Amino acid sequence: MFIVKSLVEKTIELENNILVIKVYSPEISSEIKPGQFLNIRVSETYSPLLRRPFSVCDVEGDFIFLMFNVLGEGTKILAQKRKGETIDILGPLGHGFNLDDDYQTAVIVAGGLGAAPFPYFVKKLPNDKRIISFVGGKTNNEVITYGLKNILISTDDGSLGFKGTVIDLLNENLEILNKGKIKIFSCGPNAMLKAIKEFSIKNNFECEVSIESAMACGFGICQGCPVESTSNKEKYSLVCKDGPVFNVRDIVL
Amino acid sequence: MSKIDLSVTIGSLKLRNPVLLASGTVGYGNEMSEFIDLNKIGGIVTKSLSLKPRKGNPPQRIIETPAGMLNAIGLANVGVEVFLKEKIPFLKNYDVPLICNIAASSIEEYVECTKILTYEDTIKAFEINVSCPNVKEGGLQFGNDIHAVGKITEKVKACTNKPVIIKLSPNVSYISEFAKVVKEEGGDAVSAINTLVGTSFNIFTKRPKLHNVTGGLSGPAIKPVALAKVLEIKRLVDIPIIGIGGIMNWKDVVEFMIAGSSAIQIGTANFINPNVAEEIIKDLENYCTSYSIEKISELTGSYKI
Repeated sequence: MFIVKSLVEKTIELENNILVIKVYSPEISSEIKPGQFLNIRVSETYSPLLRRPFSVCDVEGDFIFLMFNVLGEGTKILAQKRKGETIDILGPLGHGFNLDDDYQTAVIVAGGLGAAPFPYFVKKLPNDKRIISFVGGKTNNEVITYGLKNILISTDDGSLGFKGTVIDLLNENLEILNKGKIKIFSCGPNAMLKAIKEFSIKNNFECEVSIESAMACGFGICQGCPVESTSNKEKYSLVCKDGPVFNVRDIVL
Repeated sequence: MSKIDLSVTIGSLKLRNPVLLASGTVGYGNEMSEFIDLNKIGGIVTKSLSLKPRKGNPPQRIIETPAGMLNAIGLANVGVEVFLKEKIPFLKNYDVPLICNIAASSIEEYVECTKILTYEDTIKAFEINVSCPNVKEGGLQFGNDIHAVGKITEKVKACTNKPVIIKLSPNVSYISEFAKVVKEEGGDAVSAINTLVGTSFNIFTKRPKLHNVTGGLSGPAIKPVALAKVLEIKRLVDIPIIGIGGIMNWKDVVEFMIAGSSAIQIGTANFINPNVAEEIIKDLENYCTSYSIEKISELTGSYKI
């Protein structure tokens, strides 16, 4: 774990108001694993006061990439950062995805900005494993396919790809999923993750999810990010330290 | 650099400098040690301990507010037994005064915890949390009840020779009256202030953002309130004060000392920069050098009103 001030290289604008910021951060780029996150302070002022968690979207040499959309004060400041300005990074934090398990196909299921951690995931996936990406959104404005491979798209309103939820789309493709051993890797809105959990258990698929939570510190001291564990009812797990990636069967969503 | 004396005393407790890490913002030291040299800090105040482990409140536990944050963790902690078995061994590796914070639901539980913990040499003092706003039983009720605060002070003092610091609630009309009772019952010092009760609503769902409905407000937003409470105690009661409330940098520390604090605690700032205490100590030394202050303790209560 480091606290580093890293230089912004540039900001790339994708479609639909999604931004990707490229930052020179050799300390982080050499350590970070897919699914781990950074807790970022965008300004020295007290507005915003706390850091905000961001998953690392991609890594290229000494550069890291973060994907975000402008939602509040912090992301507004981040969006205005120009080359040569700095962001204050604390990380890498948490546990990422387990890529090396026994499976043949990684099934990515991403909803909206939940696509953020997967470009780096795709890059780091062992060569002997295949990828299918299921990407969902309410409308085509929410579909993010940046850095993904072998993509199937669903939208609730049918404005792009399959009409229905991403779970409906998975069910449509059960035949493909049942060929060989798969493992699902998912990130997105909580309602989608709940449905993914149900889907994985019903079909007996392995599944890891990356979940979000409000948090202050990001490394286990504030206790602000509890998630109910299925194995220990006496104690919460912490999203920052025990996650953000969990085996979907280990947590109550 | 000339020799600056940064040491301070809180009753019989001697600290190498006035900068302590506040309860609930340093865990039990292990996570923080990745970022900060604990041997340089004035002292660590542990996360509140209760007799038995506590699970704490369901999410959502944290909300950011303008220049502050609301938390309703609900005293999630490992309990006294696990603390002694699993957390103390790590802390023994460091030469840093350990102040053990105790939270309880009854006077008997405070006494029981203190009796068990007082035998542990690593613990140099106790800070009694009579003012946590985020648990249903105990906590705030004690903090608001002047007789209970007196009783807890008396009973805890009776079962330990170590300094007893009472952490006071700001959610009262006259905090100095509580400090006075602590002094009368033999308490060695007071910490002021714990968090201020606050809440926040989602305007679309009309539901409170925190599962616990209310939480404790901390951060720079509460600094002026905390300073006024410290000043009130300093003017009316002769008892050492550990100032707490939104300290972000060395200037805030100096301000708290001028208002009457003998030492201070850093809380919310640890979440943003876990190395902030070490930076502040360095800055305080530079400040003392620049202004020819030989002993930092000279600052305590040096206000000119």
